[in-house]
Amino acid sequence: MDYAVKLFLILLSSILVNNFIMSRFLGICPFLGVSKRVSTAMGMGLAVTFVIAMSSVITYLAHHFILVKLNMEYMQTLAFILIIAALVQFVEMVIQKTSPSLYQALGVYLPLITTNCAVLGVAIINIEEGYDLLQTLINGTGSALGFTLAIVLFAGIRERLEQSDIPKPMQGFPIAMITAGLMSVAFLGFQGLIK
Amino acid sequence: MKVKEVLINGIIKENPTFRLVLGMCPTLALTTAAINGVGMGLAVVFVLALSNLFISLLRNFIPDKVRIPAFVVIIAAFVTIVDMIMHAYTPGLYDALGLYIPLIVVNCIILARAESFASKNGPFLSFMDGVGMGLGFTIALVLLGTIRELLGAGSVFGYKILGEGSITGLSFLSNIEPAIIMILPPGAFFTLGLLLALLNKLTDRKKQA
Repeated sequence: MDYAVKLFLILLSSILVNNFIMSRFLGICPFLGVSKRVSTAMGMGLAVTFVIAMSSVITYLAHHFILVKLNMEYMQTLAFILIIAALVQFVEMVIQKTSPSLYQALGVYLPLITTNCAVLGVAIINIEEGYDLLQTLINGTGSALGFTLAIVLFAGIRERLEQSDIPKPMQGFPIAMITAGLMSVAFLGFQGLIK
Repeated sequence: MKVKEVLINGIIKENPTFRLVLGMCPTLALTTAAINGVGMGLAVVFVLALSNLFISLLRNFIPDKVRIPAFVVIIAAFVTIVDMIMHAYTPGLYDALGLYIPLIVVNCIILARAESFASKNGPFLSFMDGVGMGLGFTIALVLLGTIRELLGAGSVFGYKILGEGSITGLSFLSNIEPAIIMILPPGAFFTLGLLLALLNKLTDRKKQA
């Protein structure tokens, strides 16, 4: 029972309280780059969720069964980034073969995910927090869902922003930053949710 | 291209933070204090300069198809070195920067420079490009960090300026209460957004004049 409660808390905390974009600042590049349309934001969010869920499990296994056994924890960064790069490539090929429609939807975003710091970030956080395999999976999925939530909401606001009359120096990145700041204030409200 | 031009290009003309808007994650996350900016900035200078140098040296040996993984491995090697050095010699700073040190690997600035500069230019120029870009990044981080630390915690590099116990001893300064929101996540977005807007305004005016 305690374990189930803990899992639920990890899920809640990774989606809302420690939202990847709004409070940890991971994955800001795609957040700013691919958030002009709700549909593309949704595609990116799904692709990231898929890759993060898989990569957190694989990096967990690699850490505990390869790096720790060989006493090579210091190779963590190098090993993880290679795993992620290979995984992204692999996922891209599998989706292309098995589900052309999904490939059409995710296609362009997949290669971008390798350099999304959220993927490497969640892998490292999982190890640092000492999560077990199930908690790792939950934390990974939750973080990615939080990322999707933030990017889709943000894209919705940006679609509206395009039709508003914004002072010239504020157009583009500056207004996007201010918008993200205001969203971040809202997410700050979740801070007290979990002690 | 001259060495000086390459250096200035990185610091001002194509400043990675203010002009190219790359590498946002550490920029936003670590600028709660000016000293973090210095630490992160110098770590990036080191990785960027050396990875540019080595990528440039190896650029004729790396097959085009696998260049991105090859670049990433070179970058990751230098990041691991920085990680170990900082862990050993600056434990305080290491704890403050935490997760973001290994994440230098996926900092878009580094891969972007490898791809767009180091893979096309000679070793010396690439090295200088790395130094210039890294310094541009450092300056941006320190600037953001100083503003946020001053407004949010009332201090600069740990010296109290605003609020109670101000070292300046000026009463009007010690009456200003720092706004904590500036060192919380929203403050990062606000500060960077306003700075970018200010910069747009200034360059606009320059163009018209």
